[in-house]
Amino acid sequence: MASAPSPARVSIYDAAAANRVRTAVLLVSFVFIVVVLAYFVGEYLAGGSGVAIVPIAFLIAVGSAWVSYFAGDKLILAQSRARELGPDEEKVLRDITETLAVGLGVPAPRLYVIEDSAPNAFATGRDPAHASLVVTRGLLQKMDRTELEGVLAHELSHVGNRDIRVMLLVTVLVGTVALIADMAWRAMFWGGGSRGRDRDRGGGGAILAIVALVLLVISPIIAQLIQLAVSRQREYLADASGALLTRYPPGLASALRKIAADTEVLEAANKATASLYIANPLKDAPAFFDHLFDTHPPIEERIRRLEAMG
Amino acid sequence: MEAVVIAVVVVAVVLFFVSTYNRLVTLRQRVKEAWADIDVQLKRRHDLIPNLVETVKGYATHESTVFQNVTQARAAAVAAGATASPQERAQAENVLTGALRSVFAVAENYPQLQAVQEFKDLSENLTATEDKIAFARRFYNGNVRDYNTSLQTFPTNLFADAFGFKPEEYFELAEAGEREAPQVKF
Repeated sequence: MASAPSPARVSIYDAAAANRVRTAVLLVSFVFIVVVLAYFVGEYLAGGSGVAIVPIAFLIAVGSAWVSYFAGDKLILAQSRARELGPDEEKVLRDITETLAVGLGVPAPRLYVIEDSAPNAFATGRDPAHASLVVTRGLLQKMDRTELEGVLAHELSHVGNRDIRVMLLVTVLVGTVALIADMAWRAMFWGGGSRGRDRDRGGGGAILAIVALVLLVISPIIAQLIQLAVSRQREYLADASGALLTRYPPGLASALRKIAADTEVLEAANKATASLYIANPLKDAPAFFDHLFDTHPPIEERIRRLEAMG
Repeated sequence: MEAVVIAVVVVAVVLFFVSTYNRLVTLRQRVKEAWADIDVQLKRRHDLIPNLVETVKGYATHESTVFQNVTQARAAAVAAGATASPQERAQAENVLTGALRSVFAVAENYPQLQAVQEFKDLSENLTATEDKIAFARRFYNGNVRDYNTSLQTFPTNLFADAFGFKPEEYFELAEAGEREAPQVKF
């Protein structure tokens, strides 16, 4: 019965509080990284205008963080070619979603569908009041009711835990930082040879020292950001709180098994958005770099843990 | 030096009381919000019942006691909704659930009724609403448990009462076949 204490009850409020801290860390580090990168690029590659470039970089960083926060979900939905469902479409999906949302004390999210036969799902948005839940046509076709409940409960747990905001920002911001870092890296090798010689501080040794310094400053922060993204614990937690919500762990376990066995690639997913999904939608053997952004623990381990809940 | 020590101790004690007080207020507020969720679903259920009774009445003309029972039970549940405690409300809702079951049992005897779209829609809506009540109840009881546990654990239990924090009641409905909570291990 509900009044009996269940072991290790995971409060969505605790997870939400931890995620608020993560969001703050994420936003501050993003602005910091962009400003530091811009300073080094300006100071050593554009002829000593590092200080002048800082306020501009700061504005750009804050601006793009702002856009990511308020419009990142729209970007992701558009990129995934998700279409919003009308109020009379997919009654069963809507019923289950609304019921489970009541059980978590969050408003029912807006529902989207991707017309693709690969079964998968994700949730995004900046908070539960602005959350969107996306399922593929394949999920609706291939899952029975208890499996669909399991998947939706997992996604709604991400909504209730405020994981969606962290995952949204990680997807958009870390993507941006990686892009800028990549550009700076190339610029240093390309620009370092020709321009560096003209300057008194130039020369190959100095350039290498600068590169080393930048990496020294940036890499722990990047590592921290990836750590935020690569929270396997977050997926286990969403599996567990989803199972608590439906009171039926085998539903999600069976859904994960079906998704794992399905070999179809979800066309609308890409490397940046792949980590949002309930299971890797790309189906390719992940390269080393992808592993860094791989937020999902092995599916067999997730199934094993769900079955252990009994 | 002594003054500093005393000041530090006083500040620490004040901070402790402030944070405990605020935490209890937050937890109590969550209970209230969860209760509002239950209230919404119960009202929805109450709104659906008159239509259902009217629809079934049109076909099952000789079952007036069943309809009287359900109408009375509904009125009692609505009245309980205005003032009563969670426990009293749960009792009224349980009576209503029993009365509703007999309406559906009666409806089983009328095959033409089963084919009426309005009846189908109404019973689907009622089932969906009852699912939501079950989930809202679970969420509410979870929040009550968190709040009550905080009240009853040391040292909060020593002064929670003095600050006006009272334990909240669980909302228990008689339900057959409720799924057991799975064991979650980390």
